[in-house]
Amino acid sequence: MCVYGYIYTYASKRPAFLFNKIPKSISSFYYTHYYGIKYTIIILYCFIYNLVYLSVSVVFVHPRVVFFLLFGSGVFKIFLIRAAMDAEATVKELRATYSGGKTRTLEWRVSQLKALLKITEHHEEEIVQALRSDLNKPEFEAFVHEISAVSGACKFALKELHRWTMPEKVKTSMTTFPSKAEIVSEPLGVVLVISAWNYPFLLALDPVIGAIAAGNAVVLKPSEVAPATSSVLAKLLGEYMDTSAVKVIEGAVPETTALLEQKWDKIFYTGNGKVGRIVLAAAAKHLTPVVLELGGKCPTVVDTNIELKIAARRIISGKWGCNSGQTCVSPDYIITTKEYAPKLVNALTCELEKFYGSDPLQSKDLSAIVNSNHFDRLARLLDDEKVSGKIVHGGQREKANLKIAPTIMLDVPADSLIMSDEIFGPLLPILTVDKIEDSISEINARAKPLAAYVFTNDKKLKEEFIKNVSAGGLLVNDTTLHLAVSGLPFGGVGESGMGSYHGKFSFDAFSHKKAVLQRSFAGDLGARYPPYTTKKLKLLKALLKGDIIGIFRVLIGW
Amino acid sequence: MEGLQLSLAELHQTFRGGKTRGVEWRKSQLQAIINLITENEAQIFEALHQDLGKHPVEAYRDEIGIVKKSADHSLLHIEKWMAQKKGWLPLLLFPASGQVLPEPFGTVLIIGSWNFPISLALDPVIGAISAGNTVVLKPSELAPACSSFLHRKVPLYLDNEAIKVIPGGSEVAEQLLQHRWDKIFFTGSPRVARIIMSAAAKHLTPVTLELGGKCPVILDSFSGSDLQVAVKRIVGGKWGPCAGQACIGVDYVLVQQKDAPVLVELLKNCIKKFYGDEVDKLQNICRIVNKHHFERVRNLLKDPSVSASIVYGGSVDCKNLMIEPTILVDPPLNSEIMTEEIFGPLLPIITLDKIEESIDFINERPKPLAIYAFTKCKRFKERIMQETSSGSLTFNDIMIQFLCDALPFGGVGESGFGRYHGKYSFDTFSHEKAILQRSFFLELEPRYPPWNDFKLDFIKLAYNFNYFGLLLLLLRRMMGRSDAK
Repeated sequence: MCVYGYIYTYASKRPAFLFNKIPKSISSFYYTHYYGIKYTIIILYCFIYNLVYLSVSVVFVHPRVVFFLLFGSGVFKIFLIRAAMDAEATVKELRATYSGGKTRTLEWRVSQLKALLKITEHHEEEIVQALRSDLNKPEFEAFVHEISAVSGACKFALKELHRWTMPEKVKTSMTTFPSKAEIVSEPLGVVLVISAWNYPFLLALDPVIGAIAAGNAVVLKPSEVAPATSSVLAKLLGEYMDTSAVKVIEGAVPETTALLEQKWDKIFYTGNGKVGRIVLAAAAKHLTPVVLELGGKCPTVVDTNIELKIAARRIISGKWGCNSGQTCVSPDYIITTKEYAPKLVNALTCELEKFYGSDPLQSKDLSAIVNSNHFDRLARLLDDEKVSGKIVHGGQREKANLKIAPTIMLDVPADSLIMSDEIFGPLLPILTVDKIEDSISEINARAKPLAAYVFTNDKKLKEEFIKNVSAGGLLVNDTTLHLAVSGLPFGGVGESGMGSYHGKFSFDAFSHKKAVLQRSFAGDLGARYPPYTTKKLKLLKALLKGDIIGIFRVLIGW
Repeated sequence: MEGLQLSLAELHQTFRGGKTRGVEWRKSQLQAIINLITENEAQIFEALHQDLGKHPVEAYRDEIGIVKKSADHSLLHIEKWMAQKKGWLPLLLFPASGQVLPEPFGTVLIIGSWNFPISLALDPVIGAISAGNTVVLKPSELAPACSSFLHRKVPLYLDNEAIKVIPGGSEVAEQLLQHRWDKIFFTGSPRVARIIMSAAAKHLTPVTLELGGKCPVILDSFSGSDLQVAVKRIVGGKWGPCAGQACIGVDYVLVQQKDAPVLVELLKNCIKKFYGDEVDKLQNICRIVNKHHFERVRNLLKDPSVSASIVYGGSVDCKNLMIEPTILVDPPLNSEIMTEEIFGPLLPIITLDKIEESIDFINERPKPLAIYAFTKCKRFKERIMQETSSGSLTFNDIMIQFLCDALPFGGVGESGFGRYHGKYSFDTFSHEKAILQRSFFLELEPRYPPWNDFKLDFIKLAYNFNYFGLLLLLLRRMMGRSDAK
């Protein structure tokens, strides 16, 4: 039997004290007629080399058959090589589909949106199960925040699609008379959607809906931190969608890195600022436009003249009722006055008990923390010396089930750990100010959040808040609800991201607005062309000003 | 460096002070820009002549006039732009109101370009001011006279606490980019754009990139006066704006083989009429901006197979940095002149068997900033519109889309992203803040835990906006309750 052997060895680390004479890497071609002793020696050589140098060998034994010998730190590299090959092939395939023009047709877009809708209708149970295994998400939350939100967005897009795709006629000025102008929305091409783990179903499919509606080919990279949902997405999208244009690539850092190296026409990333910067820097290489949906410390201002019970319930539903606070728009901290704080704490405590019982760790209506990394991070925030004495409610935790009870802290110092980063968990610090108006400067002293909430009946405070607080979105007298409104853009500003989506804004995020101007051959104006004269200058001045009398005056030489 | 820090601190201070948010301030600054350019018209003409040899009429058409028109347009519409827009709300949220309120980003950086050193610097500034930002403008160092004009004059007219001009070369740009901006607006080349975007990534700064690309002209078969007009427009669009050193200028022409000879003849005549026919006596045309670019453009012609394809012009005047309007027919497609943006007075004409092939020809190359198509065929128009992609698409004319305030101006793919002009300038420098206002009146109990089946059903119906179903559900529940009692 004829066997090819091609060996490539990659050494990532090279301990100098051992075998200094062995070449750093070898790359050679072997050809033998049988699985003889020579072949075995080569394999053995690789094996030892791998062990000594913490390296990787790839042995191509036969065309198309690839054996990997993986050892040491090189393992990561080999994944990179494979992921890069996958990513490149995927993009190539999608580009071919896109240039075929299929995705641009209205029929294709409608059929794909309908397929997505079918996924939400036929596989509810499966999705709920996946979310339960990833986040222990209550069925209700899974349904309200994820499945219905996706199907709602799908239905809205289906209903409005023909209106969105219609060219928008615009007025032309006299300067270009006679002419006809319109703005045509066209797809960008092949886009990448990288989603987050906290709403692994919604945040994956919501942008995909926009991308499909706009007529793009899409690669979706679901978050590896929510593995069950990730594999459900890969399975269902593979079954229902047109896989030549919509693909799911599962994976972690190496896969994402490989994907980011490809050239995309748009990247849509949901996650944190640290990775957001990496995505943006990677996009810079190909001049790819990016939408970043990040988070931030979303403040909630509570005035003293409100219906306290209702406010407390709305805060709770936005904080703990949204994935145990693991939500980018959840209230991160509360600002209220010194006198009012105890009352607010009372109301929150009372309502919390009604919602989640006296032992919230046992409640089925609370999500768990996603993994032990995040659990430890939150535990560190709780154990910080500066806040440990400030806990006024909750504080219980159970590492085995990754559960942390709703926890309220009063009067935490501004320099504590919990106030420096986004909390992203079921802890709620309360800051107190002397006058409620001071809350605005308190908010503005920090980075711009994704959302800011105010509970007040005072018209003046409301107006001040709207005018002076800069955030992705503002919500008066409620929390997180603005997400459900497809007529409002959802997106951050400053540290909380760039670009927006939801409803028509999703369509726009994945479209290029092409300016189309149609002129006729009549009405050619000599003044545009050289040789230039002063008369032409005068005429141009009048024209650009849109001054009809001026034009006449120049033309008749007055 | 320290001076820069102080300037920036001052700008941040001004922005926080809230002065720039007022409509009065914005209007006064827009008016000041108009005053700046109208009162100093002669000086601008002079500066543009020094930097680029631009003729005053061209200077007015492409620079002063553009800025003035933009500022006028903004002044007229700014109140409407600043007003909040209503967002549509579902009945379920009743009582509530939704709005989208544009708010300024903060302190923005605008980096101008040398080919239109006045308009490409001040036009974005108009947008930034209209939106209520504080601004740092860095004009291009390659147009030194205009840069120093802006540096000298802008502080005399505009509010110095909020708008600063910082002239300088790449070292200055580098220093500027190390700071945190709320938005960066850049006009220039893809190479620099990549540097800028990488720098912006560190601070998560959104950027608008106005780049260029090889903008093609598709010329269908014409005869008679229509062809004359088309040729005039092509010549005006190629050599008119800054001698082809324009991002939306014509880069090459696609035409059917049989129409090429006539086209070349007409182009030649038109060039002679517009600009004269001797390289040292050329009139009404700009020179190349500097020695470096002069050499770059000249090198495009050096390749023997390219120089063999020259059918008109080709001579250069090293002393005055002039290059004669040059026409080439079918230079090799893999030569630099057909792979790089030309950005100079050379016009390759590519002949095709059928004009419909032009669509594939264009799609094989990176997306350009503009496509120009001269055709009367409706079907062909529709095909070009649907099947090609570019920043803008203009039928039967060149460059004129730039003047249309109602159309967004900006690229796609390699030609950049983000857009401006008119209302789009305002949007480019604004964050659209979503606002939802609710009252304490009316509470939907099913929003809150502990969860049960009734709440789940309720929410399911609510998401479908099935109000009738909701009513039935509530009725059933009420009946159920009274039964239980």
